[in-house]
Amino acid sequence: MLELYGTSVASRLLLGTARYPSPAILADAVRASKTEIVTVSLRRETAGSRTGGAFFELIRTLGVRVLPNTAGCHTVSEAVLTAKMARDVFATDWIKLEVIGNHDTLQPDVFGLVEAARILSNEGFKVFPYTTDDLVVAERLLEAGCEVLMPWCAPIGSAMGPVNLPALRSMRANFPDVPLIVDAGIGRPSHAAIVVELGFDAVLLNTAVAGAADPVLMAAAFSGAIDAGRTAFLAGMLEPRDMAVPSTPVIGKAVFS
Amino acid sequence: MRVLIRGAGVAGLTLAHELATKGVAVEVAETAPRAGGGASWFAGGMLAPWCERESAPETVLTLGRGAADWWDAALPGDVVRKGTLVVAPPRDTAELTRFASRTSGFDWLDADEIEALEPDLAGRFRKALFFRDEVHLDPRRAITALHEKLAAMGVRFHFGAATDFPDAGFDRVVDCTGAGAIGRAANLRGVRGEMLMLETSEVTLSRPVRLLHPRIPLYIVPRGDGCFMVGATMIESNDDGPVSARSLMELLNAAYALHPAFGEARVIETGAGVRPAYPDNLPRFDVDGRTIRVNGFYRHGFLLAPSVAWDVAAHIIGPSKTKHVPSAGPFKPLSDQRGAANPPQIGASR
Repeated sequence: MLELYGTSVASRLLLGTARYPSPAILADAVRASKTEIVTVSLRRETAGSRTGGAFFELIRTLGVRVLPNTAGCHTVSEAVLTAKMARDVFATDWIKLEVIGNHDTLQPDVFGLVEAARILSNEGFKVFPYTTDDLVVAERLLEAGCEVLMPWCAPIGSAMGPVNLPALRSMRANFPDVPLIVDAGIGRPSHAAIVVELGFDAVLLNTAVAGAADPVLMAAAFSGAIDAGRTAFLAGMLEPRDMAVPSTPVIGKAVFS
Repeated sequence: MRVLIRGAGVAGLTLAHELATKGVAVEVAETAPRAGGGASWFAGGMLAPWCERESAPETVLTLGRGAADWWDAALPGDVVRKGTLVVAPPRDTAELTRFASRTSGFDWLDADEIEALEPDLAGRFRKALFFRDEVHLDPRRAITALHEKLAAMGVRFHFGAATDFPDAGFDRVVDCTGAGAIGRAANLRGVRGEMLMLETSEVTLSRPVRLLHPRIPLYIVPRGDGCFMVGATMIESNDDGPVSARSLMELLNAAYALHPAFGEARVIETGAGVRPAYPDNLPRFDVDGRTIRVNGFYRHGFLLAPSVAWDVAAHIIGPSKTKHVPSAGPFKPLSDQRGAANPPQIGASR
């Protein structure tokens, strides 16, 4: 079981709820993915009393834990404000913290991220920071009070999959006891399997499922791939070699060829 | 047979037309002072079932492909049969491939073919998709013309009517109040859409152009006289208040990306409407005694209202009579949803 801020979860897939063809398909995809945690973007303009209510109500009926996020926030104060609104709307102190440094690339502003993480942690939030694979930033986030890290494996929405495997390996090796969730950049189930095989604890994705031709089927595919990757990690995999290795020893056997 | 329709948006007017042309005495009660007081007024007016198939279930294509002929028959001359052009900025061409893999009924165009269709876009895009059978109309003109036609046919309109406009003496009462029914109709929610109108003499387009973008796909529809409608955002919200700065910025960015000359255009209007939608984003009607509720058109009002209207009219008049009506058209009934008293199906719609 994976422990996130003292909460045990069985599924190692976290699913975003944006841009599905319909709420009905979103609901089916969540079920097919077997996820226990969904992220919800709270735009400040939709946080008012009469707005977004029906959609948020549907999310609540899914029976999964909600991890609100601060998507679209570019400054520390915006992110802190959005986190507080999300705490009221969803009655949770969990927050996926995004502080975006560039509107176009959606690359995290790691300086603002660390500052916002410190403020929110001090106010009792359980912060899930969306960060890069930079080790020093990771240390600063832990110092700021984060107990979980969510590094990207490629830019948001790029669907490239892990573009820097050595950096991900190094991150895993440097923080063996911190839950690490790969967030952003996953395009297909094999990408998710790879990062879980590397020892990452979970995967968060949205577009790869929501943008699939059949999101429900794709949610099931990711669920299977992540299960396979995790099981393989626990089973222990072979390291690649440069040469063929016969599976049956030759020494001591009669050779007739 | 006397039928009262509540709501003079696209759903109410198309149903009134279906019934009135079949000899039913129809009256329409509308709380707004004019026809099209709700989301219909802010519609794009694209009858684009092949493009919509990118994210909508097959039902939208099945029910929507006859819409162009319905509008053409109801309002001759209003339907512009010029297709839809789908383009993407150079760095987002992967979006075109993805769009193509989800849809049908299009041709790939190269730069020369784009120029031949839309000379003002010459040199701006190297590839495009052209959905040849799609059409568009001006929704405001269509709503107004349909209202006038129906009034001339003897349909009585009660504008500024109370929400509880008396329905005694009517055999059937059909609720076509759209987003007005949010809160009353189970599972109905609002999806906010924001749009703006630009005016410029520097750009000419003959057909709707969709600009693909991973986050904010938008469209521009020429409305004649140098006017262009740019739409539309999709925000889970019942709020029909003024457009937000962020949405305005995104809409303007899309227009500018399509053609820089839009940067010099005048913004002559901004607007926002609330689309009524069920969880599967498909329309449905349900029957409760003499009352029928028609709702959930989402972003497909002009596209799907004719098909649903035909189906509701068949329900009211009875199939034996509608069989002989030539305007019945090629629509397939919403058979799986006919008279559905059960809640909307969750999922399994793709």
